[in-house]
Amino acid sequence: MFESFANLIVYQALGLDPASHLGAAVHFFVMDVTKIFALLVIVIYVMGLLRALLSPERVREFVRGRPDWQARGFAVTLGALTPFCSCSSVPLFIGFVEAGIPLGVTFSFLIASPMINEVAAVILVGILGWKLAALYVGAGLLVAWFGGIVMQSFKPERWVEDYVWKIQMGQADLPQPDRSFAGRHRYAVAEVKEIVGRIWKWVLLGIGVGALFHGFVPGQWVSENLGGDAWYTVPAAVLMGIPLYSNATGVIPVAEAMLTKGVAVGTTLALMMSVAALSLPEMLILRKVIKWQALALFAGVLAIAFTLVGWGFNAIA
Amino acid sequence: MKNIKVLGTGCRNCEITANVIVAAARQAGVEIELEKITDIAEIMGYGVMSTPGVVVDGKLVHSGGVPGPDQVRGWVAD
Repeated sequence: MFESFANLIVYQALGLDPASHLGAAVHFFVMDVTKIFALLVIVIYVMGLLRALLSPERVREFVRGRPDWQARGFAVTLGALTPFCSCSSVPLFIGFVEAGIPLGVTFSFLIASPMINEVAAVILVGILGWKLAALYVGAGLLVAWFGGIVMQSFKPERWVEDYVWKIQMGQADLPQPDRSFAGRHRYAVAEVKEIVGRIWKWVLLGIGVGALFHGFVPGQWVSENLGGDAWYTVPAAVLMGIPLYSNATGVIPVAEAMLTKGVAVGTTLALMMSVAALSLPEMLILRKVIKWQALALFAGVLAIAFTLVGWGFNAIA
Repeated sequence: MKNIKVLGTGCRNCEITANVIVAAARQAGVEIELEKITDIAEIMGYGVMSTPGVVVDGKLVHSGGVPGPDQVRGWVAD
């Protein structure tokens, strides 16, 4: 359906040649814009209706006071299920510390949350197929699980800012949400507006980059240089992803263009993870609660983990 | 006069929330006292982790995301 719509617009209405660079790029752009935004609206609306979007307050209640492995399991899964705004990461960090949740578990949550969310997962299935979606989600969960454990082994407590330990959290007494259908519908529409309003720039930018790559980068050059034989392509992809920032959904069209041109799967996954989870602005927000040593360690652990994931998948593929 | 506090560390949604409340109060012809709480310790003191949060006369009524217009009208009405 999206394919034929894009054919109609690009080849017939605009009269572009399917074999030309511009034709291929514009076709990619039109198709992905319609498909991804349609999926975004549907998925976020349905999730809103189900009220599947958990609040950080509830995550904290689930995780607190459990043995380490259970707490980490909940933190990773709930992190994957909650697309929280990066502006909440500071209160979230403090709230977890105040609840006595181990820092390693908190880091597991902070890794999983930007990297995986149910909206990105559904769009991954729609654009790249369920196999790649499963690989991405599985690898992301693993990195979040072990990344938190590695962080814990460095005793990061010494790098938490002093004032964080002193904060006393009050007991929130929130009014019950409206559970009628009208109330759920209103909530779902508000969620769509809020989330799409927040991420549309990243998604459009990602589709633009993907379209340029798809239309103008020669396939032969890609398979010779980025086909996965050279060991350095994976760390290079991870390094490239650090200054680049997009959210997990925005990076999907870039990955799509890379994969169809023959970039190795591991290299593509490493870039996706690095762009979504390892970003300078996001890290600097956390500087309010942890010292720079902990930030550097956090970035280092993630960069190494993504490189290992990339090499691993390139070796299997 | 109602005292309404917007809890948030200065993110965009917190600004929007404050503006929505001011506009609703003016429309209803109700005088309110609006405070913006940006100190993280004070925000957490209300038990709020997802900002923006809204406190009306000392009671937390909302947290996480920009509130809907109906909700806001309810807070400023007597």
